Amino acid sequence: MTTPDPAETFRQEARELLELLEQALLDLDQTPQDRDLVDSAFRALHTLKGSGAMFGFDEVAEFVHEFETAFDQVRKGTARIGSGLVAIALEAKDHIAQLVAGRGVKADGEPILQTLRRIVAAGSTAQAATTPQGAPADTAASTAAAWKIRFWLPSDALAFGTKPLLLLDEFREMGPCRVTALAERVPPLDEIDVEAAYLGWEVVLETDKPREAIEDVFVFVRDGMELAIEPLATAAETPAAAVTVAAPAVRAAEDTPESQDGAGLRAKTEKPSGAGDKANSSLRVPAERLDELMDRVGELVIAQARLSQIAAASADSTLKTVAEEIERLASGLRDTTMGIRMVPIGTLFGRFRRLVHDLSSELGKEVEFATTGEETELDKTVIERLADPLVHIIRNAVDHGLESPQRRGAAGKSGRGRVRLAAIQTGAEVAITISDDGAGLDVERIRAKAEEAGLIPADAKLADQELYQLIFHPGLSTAKEITSVSGRGVGMDVVKRTIEALRGVIEVSSRPGEGTTVTLRLPLTLAIIDGMLVRVDGGRYTIPLSVVEECVELPRSEMAATQGRNFLNIRGALIPYLRLRELFGATGPADAHPKVVIVSAGEKRVGLVVDQIIGNNQTVIKSLSKLHADIGTFSGATILGDGTVALILDVNHLVAFGQQFENRLRTQQMGRAA
Amino acid sequence: MSKTILTIDDSASVRQMVALTLSAAGYSVIEAGDGAEGYAKATSRPVHAVLTDLNMPVMNGLDFIRKYRTHPSSTGVPIVFLTTESDEKMKGEARAAGATGWIVKPFKQDQLLAVIKKVVGS
Amino acid sequence: MKTFNGTSAAGSAVRALTVGLQDEVFAIQAESVREILDVVPITKVPNANPFVGGLINVRGRVVPLADLRVMFGMERRAANADTRIVVLEIDLDGEPTIAAILADKVHDVTDIETSSIEEAPKVGMRWRSEYVRGIGKRGEDFVIIPDMGRIFGAEGGRNAPVDLEERVDS
Repeated sequence: MTTPDPAETFRQEARELLELLEQALLDLDQTPQDRDLVDSAFRALHTLKGSGAMFGFDEVAEFVHEFETAFDQVRKGTARIGSGLVAIALEAKDHIAQLVAGRGVKADGEPILQTLRRIVAAGSTAQAATTPQGAPADTAASTAAAWKIRFWLPSDALAFGTKPLLLLDEFREMGPCRVTALAERVPPLDEIDVEAAYLGWEVVLETDKPREAIEDVFVFVRDGMELAIEPLATAAETPAAAVTVAAPAVRAAEDTPESQDGAGLRAKTEKPSGAGDKANSSLRVPAERLDELMDRVGELVIAQARLSQIAAASADSTLKTVAEEIERLASGLRDTTMGIRMVPIGTLFGRFRRLVHDLSSELGKEVEFATTGEETELDKTVIERLADPLVHIIRNAVDHGLESPQRRGAAGKSGRGRVRLAAIQTGAEVAITISDDGAGLDVERIRAKAEEAGLIPADAKLADQELYQLIFHPGLSTAKEITSVSGRGVGMDVVKRTIEALRGVIEVSSRPGEGTTVTLRLPLTLAIIDGMLVRVDGGRYTIPLSVVEECVELPRSEMAATQGRNFLNIRGALIPYLRLRELFGATGPADAHPKVVIVSAGEKRVGLVVDQIIGNNQTVIKSLSKLHADIGTFSGATILGDGTVALILDVNHLVAFGQQFENRLRTQQMGRAA
Repeated sequence: MSKTILTIDDSASVRQMVALTLSAAGYSVIEAGDGAEGYAKATSRPVHAVLTDLNMPVMNGLDFIRKYRTHPSSTGVPIVFLTTESDEKMKGEARAAGATGWIVKPFKQDQLLAVIKKVVGS
Repeated sequence: MKTFNGTSAAGSAVRALTVGLQDEVFAIQAESVREILDVVPITKVPNANPFVGGLINVRGRVVPLADLRVMFGMERRAANADTRIVVLEIDLDGEPTIAAILADKVHDVTDIETSSIEEAPKVGMRWRSEYVRGIGKRGEDFVIIPDMGRIFGAEGGRNAPVDLEERVDS
């Protein structure tokens, strides 16, 4: 195992802390009175400062210290939080992020600090001077050659871990010394508290070290101990310059919760864990180790499948029992491992609040940004790859979707636009919607642009839904003015590709004058799915169970390969079906009783005719290599219990491929008929 | 036998630095990310000293010290707390709660070693 | 099963695994050979290019199985007792990728003198010359040194289009 670089660990940690800080600041913008948020912001700053200095990020530590000091009035409750303060604090946070990254630090932080101080000072009701750090040492250096030191430790010192022998060792290191135990305070045996300290010590020490060095030995125990340090030898004219400290230990605070702010503001008791704290208390594991773990679990699941197969074929009941037990354990381990990889999408939502905040000021649009479903969990890989597409969609919503305040006013809407980001889990997929209450997609504009770009013929008859899909076409942007925020029609096509690479789909709906909604549907995980194993000709294939609706026998009437009409009547609904044997170019004999697996492909329901349904299995998804990148009909492959490879059907692509296949058949037949 | 030091800090980088420094000096180090985890670890195995941050989520350092000191296994075990405050009040509170000593952050490796040596010996 | 760690001999020789395909001997740089397997069940990939028409399980890993005979216009034969699968690590557009090839027979590991390697002649060869890096000598026989990068590359076998029309007609 390689030793991680502490500086890198710090950077990683700093990024998380800064994120936390940003969230707290943005929340404070909404609820300026929330003390917990202020504390949370401070804790983040505090940790940053502490570890920053330790890992050589002196600039970071210095800046954060100044930031903290300036912000302290807020903590003390003497300065108010307003949006001006939040804005400059966010800027400061960005500056810290740059310092942490250690690159491209253009501006120095001083102007930010000055603004911050100015705002804080203006908003504070009482001007509090910053207290100087640390009191200067007050004792003049005396240089006696020998000292007599007598001390009694506080009675709880032994229980609390102070070891007198170690203190005496420290004197021995300073010079020759003679140590005497002072037993006069030791009580009678039956009164002895075994954990208490009763012995005193007298040390006669010859050293060239100053008095401070002797006092330093007691640095941790000086409160509450008795200590007398007397110079011997040359110290005749200063009789008994003894320092006796016998201050009782501060016990008053024992029953009250920790109080850090001198102002004594204790509006509410601290909650043990806020959202941010939860993230902090987690264990950090390198992502690749999680991937490795998932691989191992995948292998285990495969081996388990093999075991189950052997057990099923065996008459040995003990073996069967063990196989079942292992299956249960493997399945539990699979769920746990997948659970570890699941990350709440809220971790991603956070950064969009900042994005909207910045966009709003940049574009001069007032935006109310609401998020729901932060707790919805998705595989970490999916979350990571979703970040950029979501940034793009939200940007579009604010920039293109929402009208200017004037136009909103003219349309009788509130000047404040609304953008909503919501996540919800339905079955094995998560739907993420980004909706705005803007003008809606301008269908005519899209049409004009698409015609101009030659994407559609002039006067093509297209449904609105089809026109909406054009926004995902490379090189189509409908923004009337090109702003610095949204680029020149690059993006939506990339967004679509990214979502599809995650085995997801993207949908758009829009109502003129009411707004636009973009919906992303994504599978929960990329690693292991429940699948239905089917046989088509000699090959076995897995259909993700999440898309399977039901299975039926292919009616005898449909058995003959009629190429004219491939429809099933399922309880009155007309379901088109595809014969996988045809699509896959099967050559062997067809099964006498083919089955139809009804799957949902997007909005449609489609039947897939297979030779046999083998059963359900846990499917560890292995991606296909680049060599098969052109095969869209399979989303990956998996390894079955007997060690062979089975392909996993990508139902959406398969249906599209089937349509293409049938179109060709149709043209061909028409050709023959002619 | 090497002495076992438990380091409790919500900052992984600090824990890492502590672990590297102390293990290089021959101590064995176990880590915890907050007071609650620290308490669980401190009371489930023999430790020779505890190094704890004060400002932590879930269970802060002071609460940890108070709770740990109620456990019989804590008797005689030195607790050193990390603090960025040079605040005497804080030290007093921690001391009253049962801490043995402290280190002011930021600290350098040799300062850490000096303090650990001071409270647990080498 | 044997594993080669692909150390090339000192001097000007290339260490290579020689395999037989139909009547020809191909030399595959030993460095790129990961292991040699007996024939395992092959999963056909419907509608894939015949060059990479299959998938196999190599220690829990799904590996594409290629057939060089497709690229060299050779007849494809059913596997027999001599048939082996050679697992290779090839560079695919800059990314190391594990892929396997079928071999009618695996001969041996041998050093091919660099001086004996000649450029593939443009004439007198029925194969596309860009798929051949050179012709070397092993004793008295010629060995073909295929250019795996090109064969597996974007211009090579994997992108020869699948003819849907042909499938419909059949």
